[in-house]
Amino acid sequence: MSEQEIDLKKRRFLTGATSVVGAVGVGFVAWPFVSSWMPSARAKAAGAPVDVDITKLETGQLVRVLWRKKPVWIFKRDNTTVTNLSTLNGELTDPNSDETSQQPEYTKNIHRSINPDVAVIVGVCTHLGCSPTYRPEIGAADLGGDSWKGGFYCPCHGSKFDLAGRVYAGVPAPTNLVIPPYHFVTDSLIRIGIDPKA
Amino acid sequence: MDNNKNWIDQRFPLTKVWNEHLAEYYTPRNFNFWYFFGSLAILVLVMQIVTGIFLTMHFKPDAANAFASVEYIMRDVDWGWLIRYLHSTGASAFFVVIYLHMYRGLLYGSYKAPRELIWILGMVLYIALMAEAFMGYVLPWGQMSYWGAQVIISLFGSVPVIGPDLLIWILGDYAVGDPALNRFFSLHVIALPLILVILVFLHIVALHTVGSNNPDGVEIKKNKDANGIPKDGIPFHPYYSVKDIVGVVVFLMIFSAIVFFSPAMNGYFLEHANFVEANPLKTPDHIAPLWYLTPFYSVLRAIPPLFGSQFPGVVGMFAALLILIALPWLDRSKVKSIRYRSMPYKIALAIFVVSFIILGYLGMQPVTPVNAFLARVFTIAYFGFFILMPWFTSIGKTKPVPERTTEH
Repeated sequence: MSEQEIDLKKRRFLTGATSVVGAVGVGFVAWPFVSSWMPSARAKAAGAPVDVDITKLETGQLVRVLWRKKPVWIFKRDNTTVTNLSTLNGELTDPNSDETSQQPEYTKNIHRSINPDVAVIVGVCTHLGCSPTYRPEIGAADLGGDSWKGGFYCPCHGSKFDLAGRVYAGVPAPTNLVIPPYHFVTDSLIRIGIDPKA
Repeated sequence: MDNNKNWIDQRFPLTKVWNEHLAEYYTPRNFNFWYFFGSLAILVLVMQIVTGIFLTMHFKPDAANAFASVEYIMRDVDWGWLIRYLHSTGASAFFVVIYLHMYRGLLYGSYKAPRELIWILGMVLYIALMAEAFMGYVLPWGQMSYWGAQVIISLFGSVPVIGPDLLIWILGDYAVGDPALNRFFSLHVIALPLILVILVFLHIVALHTVGSNNPDGVEIKKNKDANGIPKDGIPFHPYYSVKDIVGVVVFLMIFSAIVFFSPAMNGYFLEHANFVEANPLKTPDHIAPLWYLTPFYSVLRAIPPLFGSQFPGVVGMFAALLILIALPWLDRSKVKSIRYRSMPYKIALAIFVVSFIILGYLGMQPVTPVNAFLARVFTIAYFGFFILMPWFTSIGKTKPVPERTTEH
């Protein structure tokens, strides 16, 4: 073949084929690096269940524990608070907890808990991850006065939740607060992270 | 001496580069105050790199030790406080300089043809700089570092379908913690600075290919003398190198005053809550990003959740940033400089600047019904500037643009 007769078609094919093989190679080499950003074995192992003793928990009192590096609130509600919950239904986005990803099946009830008086809620706002503040006082002037029946207020973007972690309508947070899997080992010992035995 | 120069020139284009970019790089003779900020941005970049190298020698990128190591730098390392305050003040100074530099582009139409690529490279630089600043702010591991990271990274969690997994991938854990701090450290000290330096190089190469715009918005290359030198051009060195030194001196006077007398700038440069160590159990009563990110943060908060998702707000925030890239194609005016622009453009630019500043202010304030309403109004005004630009840049009477640069 003389120099004038360069087969451009073949040359284009070879250039294309080399580029494709090269790109696949880059993809394979990139994988370990991309993958190294996933939680390490140590980070995964740190997600163990947490036990909380609530013997000394007073009505109205709230304690915070860390579970999987997230704050979890455990607080005791009195009977009036629990009965008041249903009166708020009209002001809420998801009063009946129909969004299944936000709580285990066994807490899909009006008080969103196993025992009506003890609430266990992941204290992370469903908007952008701040931890809302506990505002149990009824009628707080800065939170709407008389219509405020106690609940949680997120300082970051103004989302409001009731004392069952249900989100008010018209705030930035789209869904109710998450209820973690938990069960009562004894009447006063809660294990967070494991579902109750059926 | 000449022999040495020849020896190098045969092996490396030293004289050629010096002439092309400095001694024989012809720059419009009518530059004004607004043309200080490009060179000042390079000064701040160098300062951040140098102070950063020295801070890295004492800082511990570890959630258990980071906060204490910053306090160690402040109290126990000789002159550590100065190096850290230069770095923290430098971050805010960087954005002051960059915002003025960008506003100059808007004033004189510096983004218009043939300088679209310079503008795009500049915008990518700006976005990379925001990422760099955000990650740097996480490193001291104070309350604002922690909760700021939590909020910003949660933005990615709102992406439909892949959001939750994306979040875990970014964090390397199920919440903000040691892995996130460690990788942000790596990105902050090596990956992003490298990208920034490369982008600055490309930005300048593109600029020197087409030449600088000027306050009259006339192309000086259209009027050349017999030697092919623009009649309205003067060599960058020594004319503008000397002029820029004046800018550097004034800048350093203001900068030093802040470093020595008010490094926290009353919470604007270093937020009060960041002097408390990160606590995953308690969000501070009021959290806000640093001032240079607040206009976009306001846009994020202004857009309500739609279809049970926060994603529209996140899209709005990134759109507010990315829409700036389209500016060269949205502007239909034949005139570059504000001096000869039509009245509708001047009014629109004024509304835009006011909206941007008010959004920035609202982003630092707590959410109240009035603030939320105002944020929505000014978010609409902000986007209106870009969406209506093809219209308002093609109406109204522009003034005739002179052939040559003017004296003032």
